[in-house]
Amino acid sequence: MNQNRFSQRESYQPSVGYRFLPFQFMQFDTDRKILVNEVGEYLFLENSVFEDFVGRTLNSSSNAYLDLKGRHFLFDSSAAAPFELLATKYRTKRAFLAGFTKLHIFVVSLRCEHSCHYCQVSRVSADRTLYDMSAETARRALDLVFRSPAPNLKIEFQGGEPLLNYERIVQIVNEARDRAHVTGRQVQFVITTNLALATDEILTFCHDNNVVLSTSLDGPAFIHNKNRPRSGNNSYELTLQNLQRAREILGFDQIAAIMTTTRLSLLHPREIVDEYVSQGFQSIFLRALSPYGFAVKTVKSIGYSTDEFLTFYKAALDYIIELNLNGTHLVETYAQILLTRILTPFTTGYVDLQSPSGAGIGVAVYNYDGDVYASDESRMLAEMGDLQFKLGNVHSDSYADIFGGELVRSIVTSSCVESMPGCTDCAFQSFCGADPIFNYATQGDMVGHTPTSDFHKKNFFIIKYLLTRYEADPEIRKLFWAWVHNTPLNQFQPHEVTA
Amino acid sequence: MKLHAIGRSGGLSQPVIGRITTALLASEALRRDSVLFWKATAPPLDTAGYLAVLTPHKNPAWQTSSPLVHSLSHLDYLSDGDVVHVSRDGFVRTLYRKDSQHNFILFTDQCNSYCLMCSQPPKPIDDSHRLGEHYRLIDLIDVNTAALGITGGEPTLFADDFIRFVDYCKARLPNTALHILTNGRMFYYRRFAEQLGQIAHFDLMLGIPLYSDIDSEHDFIVQAKGSFEETVIGFHHLGRYNIPIEIRIVVHKQTYKRLPQLAVFISRNFPFAAHVALMGLELTGFTNQNMDQLWIDPHDYQPELLQAVEILSWSGLHVSIYNHQLCVLDPTLWPYARKSISDWKNSYAEECNACLRKEQCGGFFQSGLQKRSAFISPIQTPARKSGPT
Repeated sequence: MNQNRFSQRESYQPSVGYRFLPFQFMQFDTDRKILVNEVGEYLFLENSVFEDFVGRTLNSSSNAYLDLKGRHFLFDSSAAAPFELLATKYRTKRAFLAGFTKLHIFVVSLRCEHSCHYCQVSRVSADRTLYDMSAETARRALDLVFRSPAPNLKIEFQGGEPLLNYERIVQIVNEARDRAHVTGRQVQFVITTNLALATDEILTFCHDNNVVLSTSLDGPAFIHNKNRPRSGNNSYELTLQNLQRAREILGFDQIAAIMTTTRLSLLHPREIVDEYVSQGFQSIFLRALSPYGFAVKTVKSIGYSTDEFLTFYKAALDYIIELNLNGTHLVETYAQILLTRILTPFTTGYVDLQSPSGAGIGVAVYNYDGDVYASDESRMLAEMGDLQFKLGNVHSDSYADIFGGELVRSIVTSSCVESMPGCTDCAFQSFCGADPIFNYATQGDMVGHTPTSDFHKKNFFIIKYLLTRYEADPEIRKLFWAWVHNTPLNQFQPHEVTA
Repeated sequence: MKLHAIGRSGGLSQPVIGRITTALLASEALRRDSVLFWKATAPPLDTAGYLAVLTPHKNPAWQTSSPLVHSLSHLDYLSDGDVVHVSRDGFVRTLYRKDSQHNFILFTDQCNSYCLMCSQPPKPIDDSHRLGEHYRLIDLIDVNTAALGITGGEPTLFADDFIRFVDYCKARLPNTALHILTNGRMFYYRRFAEQLGQIAHFDLMLGIPLYSDIDSEHDFIVQAKGSFEETVIGFHHLGRYNIPIEIRIVVHKQTYKRLPQLAVFISRNFPFAAHVALMGLELTGFTNQNMDQLWIDPHDYQPELLQAVEILSWSGLHVSIYNHQLCVLDPTLWPYARKSISDWKNSYAEECNACLRKEQCGGFFQSGLQKRSAFISPIQTPARKSGPT
């Protein structure tokens, strides 16, 4: 047969030069630049290859050229595919915007029987009329919740200790379920609770209504009880005792825990992680203090610098990685969120790290008194006396005023990393997000000053550290992917021949 | 197994397609759709009303009331419910075997691509008349058929007729999964993807090849400029209308180097793919002509294959390896290997008899026994039970 019926490779090569698609870059280490495009795909290039690339002298048959082309950093023909694919990927990365406000936080009581050092909002009080949400306020708040166009809603109960106003929780769960049914929506419920007041009756109600629980565990008893004082100094014992009961009634995996880092915690990363492992948790969320609104005295006793936190975070994360590689399944939640953003084409529903910020458009807080805030931090700020991020009140303002007003609009326009000074040309832009409330609280305005921002410092460090570990070690690459899928490492890949 | 045979015929006035019966049928209505396959030496008693009577016997002195085709060898496997096409000259093609998992319709021989390794080289002829045969086959096959393939050539070149045919399959075969092999280029036209989506077939999968993350590489391999553009935009149109796609990658000398990059490309751009199949070369059709350009010992691309499988699988995609012998694959890849070669063209080498994993191994294409990896050797470790180690 005639070989000439087949054309040679050369006849399919592009004939024109190449042009750039949008991307950010920075020096990653001595020898390499990292390039990240608008949809979060990244590449490392040797310095000299990068020079060739930006100088438009890169050889079109080199591997670097093909890699840059395949990952949409350059294009070299009039084909529509790169743009069509990028457009879809961009929409996918912004999917968190669809549906508008999805997370609705109800502060059903500001009262608490704990007096944690790092909590700026709770009151130890027996006065229900002063600090509990009324039935009417709850109803009005639900009116607003169900004005949101989101097909999937999440209602989270916070406090204070929300179980101190359990009857309000019951009312809200029942009414929200009915309204969801009528309007054809899905609604999930979470109670953030210290578990101290979790009776069998309450736990059974949670079980019957698919309400999951999120509790606090700061580490072993000597850390937890120090961070979370209550009368009797038995927070740790009470939490664990009720945790077991909750797991029996709701199911083992229906209760997650988060930890808050204090000055005391900094010294004990391993003990804290070990505590989570021995209590059977599959994840741990290493959270820093919200670093504003404390009295000077409090800062001295529990506070720390961002550098100190990052040293702690790194030590704890390294230890968690080591445990996982040795067969213990424990996911660090913040790393998981960032890795999902770095490694996958998808987005995360985490409202505190988005661009534009999730405040108002992803999350809203209904305070016990009916005030509506743009985020949990916004209402903490309000408890300090600064009402900057109060969107309105359920009794006096309309949905349009609250969610479509000037304040929400200015939060959105002030929190796009694509246009914020210091963020606009950052290589990690598409992995990151903005926190205008944090910026306002720490630097005086919503946009803030990125180079001196602790928010920037923390995220930049952690993103770079995760990338460094991922790139350096195939075992860690596999582990990080297993985290993305919430799967134990030893169950992550099939092991034997299937017919 | 041969899917065709030449017999001797007299009296067939036109080609027929019918359902095989090996026993005499009482119902006249059933006889009208049936071809009697008669193996006994005693002649069949009443042969009136069948489409044809087939027999392996040579020149039997039978008087049949329906047209007789005799001297048919290699067709012993035919059994009740199979469907055959009988030409006027006595050429019998098996179109469907009731007991096989590998039934397919060769929809057309025409194609708008010209792949270097095409196993079924296209013919530039108008064969649209075959559409009638395809409909007839759908009418005759067992309603409980689990799966049916549609292949070519390029089936979507029939455009609206292709859409109507899929719709007909849905109505006539409510229990049959359809697996359609297509180059996907027609789905560049969003309306075409929408039409297929509107059929809302309950179990449809499109198997579509993608050979590179680089347009010019893919276009070279399929020998059609612009085909990458059409196929990848087609993927997104198919995704939009929730039509499941299987991305098929043939691994050979022109594709293996960028397999990991192709895996990244797929995981980033087509995370909605239902399945990704990495396939060994089938040494038939155009492959034989382009052997120098295509052949690489599969042993030599294991690092790239392993990397690609990990990237795809870690990202959450379902991955399979087709047409590879286990002894050549990196053992890490064994869990992904499937016995993928259709029963009628599957075979094993002599040394395979000593292999403890032969049961799990897909073996060779019959055509692949002539040129094979230099690393074929019987595996001596027995299979363990499936599960985490």
